[in-house]
Amino acid sequence: MAKIGVYVCHCGSNIGGVIDVSDVREYAEGLPDVALARQDLFMCSDSGQELIKQDIRDGKVDRVVVAACTPRTHEPIFRGACEKGGLNKFLFEMANIRDQASWVHGQDPEGATAKAKKVVSSAVGKARNLEPLEEKYVDVTDAAMVIGGGIGGITAALELARMGHKTYLVEKDPSIGGRMAQLDKTFPTNDCSACILTPMMVEAYSHPNIETLCYSEVEDVEGYIGNFKVKIRQKQSYVNWDKCTGCGACAEKCPGKAPDEFNEGLSMRRAAFIMFPQAVPKKAVIDMNACINCAGRTIGSEPKVNAKTGNPILAPCEKACPAEAINRSLMLDPNGTIKEIEVGSIITATGYKVMGKENFKEMAPDSPNVITALQLERLISATGPTGGKLLRPSDHEKPHTLTFVSCMGSRDKNFHTYCSRFCCMYMIKQARLLKEKYPDLVINMHFIDIRTAGKDYDEYYTGARDMGINFFKGKVGGLDMLAGDKLRVNAYDMENGETIEYESDLVILASAVEMSDGTTELAQKMGLQFCGSKFFRELHPKLGPVETAVSGLFLAGCCQGPKDIPDTVSQAKGAAAVAAVPLAQGKVKIDPTISEVVTEKCSGCGICEPLCPYGAITMKKVDGKPRAMIAISSCKGCGVCTSACPSSAIQLHGYMEEQILEQIAALTA
Amino acid sequence: MSFTPNIVGFACQWCTYAGADLAGNLRAKYPPSVKLIKVPCSGRVKPEYVLEAFARGADGVLVGGCHFGDCHYKDGNYKTKNRTDMLSQLLEDMGFDPRRFRQEWISGAEGQKFAQVITEFTEELQELGPNPLGGQE
Repeated sequence: MAKIGVYVCHCGSNIGGVIDVSDVREYAEGLPDVALARQDLFMCSDSGQELIKQDIRDGKVDRVVVAACTPRTHEPIFRGACEKGGLNKFLFEMANIRDQASWVHGQDPEGATAKAKKVVSSAVGKARNLEPLEEKYVDVTDAAMVIGGGIGGITAALELARMGHKTYLVEKDPSIGGRMAQLDKTFPTNDCSACILTPMMVEAYSHPNIETLCYSEVEDVEGYIGNFKVKIRQKQSYVNWDKCTGCGACAEKCPGKAPDEFNEGLSMRRAAFIMFPQAVPKKAVIDMNACINCAGRTIGSEPKVNAKTGNPILAPCEKACPAEAINRSLMLDPNGTIKEIEVGSIITATGYKVMGKENFKEMAPDSPNVITALQLERLISATGPTGGKLLRPSDHEKPHTLTFVSCMGSRDKNFHTYCSRFCCMYMIKQARLLKEKYPDLVINMHFIDIRTAGKDYDEYYTGARDMGINFFKGKVGGLDMLAGDKLRVNAYDMENGETIEYESDLVILASAVEMSDGTTELAQKMGLQFCGSKFFRELHPKLGPVETAVSGLFLAGCCQGPKDIPDTVSQAKGAAAVAAVPLAQGKVKIDPTISEVVTEKCSGCGICEPLCPYGAITMKKVDGKPRAMIAISSCKGCGVCTSACPSSAIQLHGYMEEQILEQIAALTA
Repeated sequence: MSFTPNIVGFACQWCTYAGADLAGNLRAKYPPSVKLIKVPCSGRVKPEYVLEAFARGADGVLVGGCHFGDCHYKDGNYKTKNRTDMLSQLLEDMGFDPRRFRQEWISGAEGQKFAQVITEFTEELQELGPNPLGGQE
């Protein structure tokens, strides 16, 4: 007979303030197989855990139930206590009477207490049927993958590489650098973005432990912590990168045109192009959507021959390339190539995009003089379409009045309820840079609130006020397009309690930060989850900000939520540190709460085989008959097969049939 | 006085169980009718467990999983849906009110939704009254 110890936690007043803890303890004492029941102010404290350990050492209990908060945060702590007391840690079960009882039933203390008793009874029922389980260890592949080559990904990759771990840095664009490469200067120091980023890009690209895979995307991820198998699609660049020197001659001769993504569509680039002047690696690609196949040179075609000279007629890009890196006669696969790598841990640093102005109908999105703040960043950058001169897009004239509008799509129930966090600061930065360069500019900034929580940030803002930049608290209701490419700004000034109206030459929208494109597909490939604001969900909002629910998979930067460069770099270094843990240990534990086939019960029907999401089940011959087998390294313990087996031959350890039936019985008693 | 229905809830640990925890963090209020059994995936819930709970007198049964596309195990919730659709039909065919059985997709970010679902389900069960099987074995 089992000797179950039940420990009921007050959690200060969190539980004890609503639920009658003594009553629950007394009730637990009367349940079958319960050897003892205790209560404590904080079960997770040292003294609380010691109660459990001592009872185990004294031989009083051989199964433990703690009625407290949620197993999602505290199960590992109490399992650790059981283990230290000398009990197999899987002989432990938790009853959630805080998050799912006292916190939500404060209006009904009696009902909450009655529910707590049922929940404890359910946990005791399960505990009665628990079995000891053994953790197994598997070797780890000493390599990491970082997805996303922005400042977060570069930082994380560099840290891992410096720790001595082989790191693959995967970037979807032809160059690493990410959003930071598009920025002119950075707050609150006005450092030139390229000056601080480019050396890091070069260091990452040339680091002996880093293999940079640009123009590449993750195609598939299989496996588990320590042993991920990743397929990476290296997109077709139509340029032999081994030969390409990045001279840009192909782009000069190419007649095909497309909007320049790096300049946020403010200028055109060629079909054959180098992403930006400081690109790392500096390699050309040909965008087949924009390529016009000059001289009939579709990919894989034989060139026509000049009747006079007998020479083949080549496309301008081919002719221009001094390194012979472009050969359009080759049958290059438009799908690119697949590279397979094995890694022990993965960091996702896929960054963000900003909402386009077309989302805001009241903000005259049809006017070329309404731009996003990221577009302004390109307009004031020395590498941008105007060489850093502030010229408004409609007529390339210098504007006299500028308007900044904050919180476009952020803190707005019609779009996103969250704050995008760094817009206030970059708007102030852009205004300061422009005011320094053009002191006669009139700059009006419209805010709901100004949020400058960061080291030296508020000083940066008050400095902007001193420079003569005008700040208005209140929303901009809308913009009207006027003659002469001007815009009328209709706003409200809360401080003076009046509406204001004025004409502006250029309006900058600080539009909301959103998850990058393609992340939904990536999440599905890796089992990542999203939070309410549609960024990747971290394991714990406070204590696990870089970990995820998938062991071995970590987050850095804006893919976890909007954050500025210092916060992204900090998080990336944190992610690198935790991602290195399994690599440094060399071995990882395999969770034993996975499925197992009782071969004697298996009828060999094969229903389970196609149901497994991980292909972990195979049919093998045992004494000449087909029997299901589950690979322990592939099984993730979902239990889909367990529920489908008509012979009840598959058991999911930790969620066994008899355990669940006991819980149902307890809850309906 | 209206009775407090007894709802047995099966909740996947990644989404609905986390959503219920979040309801706690948000101090959302809902009636103490539901008691959750944590399962790794809603796909672990055998239809027999639902029948067992009803046979033992549960007034309502909830199976909670992740939204489609969010399943931690890729597509376990699709398998759940196949099973629960079949089960709802089976309950109706047996003359048992299928409104007592609910399948809900509640993510770990939907604490308020969890509270709302339980409140609505409880009110509906109060209208339906106690399980006519009344807890016979």
